[in-house]
Amino acid sequence: MTSSPVTRTQDGAARTAVEVRMEGLSRHYGPVVALDRLDLTLHPGELIALLGPSGCGKTTTLRLLAGLEDADSGYISVGGKDITRVSAAKRDMGMVFQAYSLFPHMTVRQNVAFGLRLRRVDAAKRDRRALEMLDLVGLSTQADRYPHQISGGQQQRVALARALAIEPQVLLLDEPLSALDAKVRAQLRDEIRRIQLEVGITTLFVTHDQEEALAIADRVGVMREGHLEQLAPPIEVYSRPATSFVAEFVGLSNRLSGTVRGGDVTVRGCTLPLVERDTPDGEVVALVRPEAVSLASLTSPQSGPLVGTVIAVTFLGATSRVTVDLGDASIMAQLQTSDATELSAGSRVTLTIRPDPVLVSGSSAAADSPAEAEA
Amino acid sequence: MAAIAALGETPAAASASHPSGMQARRRRRLNLFRYVVFTVFGLFFLLPLLAMARFSLEGAKLGTWSLTAWREITSFQSDGVPPLASSIEITLELAVITCVIVLALLVPTMIWIRLRVQWLARTMEVLCLLPLTIPAIVLVVGLGPIYNRIQHYSVSSLMLFWIYVILALPYAYRALAAGLSAIDVTTLSEAARSLGASWFTVIVRVIAPNMREAILNALLLTWALVLGEFTIAYLLLYNNLQEELFSISRNTPNAGVIFSTSFAALMFAFVLLLILSFVGRRRGRG
Repeated sequence: MTSSPVTRTQDGAARTAVEVRMEGLSRHYGPVVALDRLDLTLHPGELIALLGPSGCGKTTTLRLLAGLEDADSGYISVGGKDITRVSAAKRDMGMVFQAYSLFPHMTVRQNVAFGLRLRRVDAAKRDRRALEMLDLVGLSTQADRYPHQISGGQQQRVALARALAIEPQVLLLDEPLSALDAKVRAQLRDEIRRIQLEVGITTLFVTHDQEEALAIADRVGVMREGHLEQLAPPIEVYSRPATSFVAEFVGLSNRLSGTVRGGDVTVRGCTLPLVERDTPDGEVVALVRPEAVSLASLTSPQSGPLVGTVIAVTFLGATSRVTVDLGDASIMAQLQTSDATELSAGSRVTLTIRPDPVLVSGSSAAADSPAEAEA
Repeated sequence: MAAIAALGETPAAASASHPSGMQARRRRRLNLFRYVVFTVFGLFFLLPLLAMARFSLEGAKLGTWSLTAWREITSFQSDGVPPLASSIEITLELAVITCVIVLALLVPTMIWIRLRVQWLARTMEVLCLLPLTIPAIVLVVGLGPIYNRIQHYSVSSLMLFWIYVILALPYAYRALAAGLSAIDVTTLSEAARSLGASWFTVIVRVIAPNMREAILNALLLTWALVLGEFTIAYLLLYNNLQEELFSISRNTPNAGVIFSTSFAALMFAFVLLLILSFVGRRRGRG
């Protein structure tokens, strides 16, 4: 992601995607620290998704970048140019909001052309560009409708077209899919990614939906209490979480008590390598992914070292989630649905934990339970 | 049960059709109630108006028709009372000036407060609603010295617009506040700002057009207030239409004139408001 994608402007001129740099960005609301000396760099043409629980500072980061709020301290640059004190109107950024933000008194075409009109682009060119953008989002047939005459998903598409029409240096997406139903959401998510790659624009995407973030982003930034816990490609955030917060927030984790010794942790007789090899020896809580747990029947040749009773089987489509009671604790396993068809509540099974590197957290107080991540 | 079965209707179907029959009866009763209420209130408003119109057209002999009272209004001449046409003109001018000033003051201020200084919203509301709590006579006493000074320079009745703006503030404010709360001002303005709009553009081209209905309502209320205002003009010794009609009815022995002036005043305001409302809303739809 270090190369700079080149896109074409409406005049056919080449335009290079820009780097966005935020350094030491802080923002307080009274005594509440929304953002605490945040450092974040978006490489040219990259899509970074900021993920985190409510109040973690992800939307504040985006609003500071958009210029809709002022930072208490810190520095923002776009393409090497300091824009920290530049007003929102002059930042050259396209933004799509969580709430439907189309201007109700304008048609779809007028909405898309609004930014161009402010830039005094002549009417014919403006119209052509608006139609091009509507074509890009698949809505050129709806150009003369008013926002209230189109669906929520279409409104967000138009908002995306409107944001892109001005050929911004940076695209900002503030939970643009959260008001949509699941199917439209998945479709539009893929469409946003397709368009972002096609246009090659540097993009910051804020969401509280981890599936959305993992699916769409080049890198995912997990935020907590105003700072970045981890910024890495989705696969790394998921499989090698930097902190126990990331491990628990992204995906599901079983919290199992174990003992650290010599860079490994022993959990119920299974020895697992640690992500952080220098963890001091002692009692810990190991965070084990459900997909690292496999089940087999008692008579199976692949039977594992642990034995338990199935409490519940939850059908999720291609996969199923099985909760197993170990007597003094419960553990969750995620299996292919085809492997889970013979399991039902009350079945006796054996468990094996795959030796993937795991993270541990210091206290074992709340261990031995499947912890559901909060989005 | 046998009868139901004979009709080919199951008990379940019978019970299912029962509520729809009840609903139809309830709907009929509701419609009847609506017509009765509409008729009663229609008569309540229309009968006095019709009686007034009929009386203003009463001839010299009982049961005859005549336009004498109406002719007397238009041709009325008296010392210190300007012609009727002049009063109508002044009242219309006052209405236009007041509407323009009220909207020019309130629309941008209210949008700005909503967008940038929300902590001032309560103060703004209190200030705008304050005139409602002050009786007209108190306003006149308070503003008397100022108007004495104004009268010293022999300016026209148009100077009444100062006080009419104050009087119209509560009504216009309420109408505009309702319109403003119906739209997501923050998101719309942020969207416009991110596209490069200045604050002026945000207010004029994004927010205000979405408040068209509210602006029209504020306009109608202000207009109605100015057309119907009598007390302050009378107490401050200015002439507007209401004051003129009062002078005519007071200075004539013909009782028909009193009714014709009252009827004329009501109709004048009613027709103007109707035109304004019709034109504004038709443009809104277009």
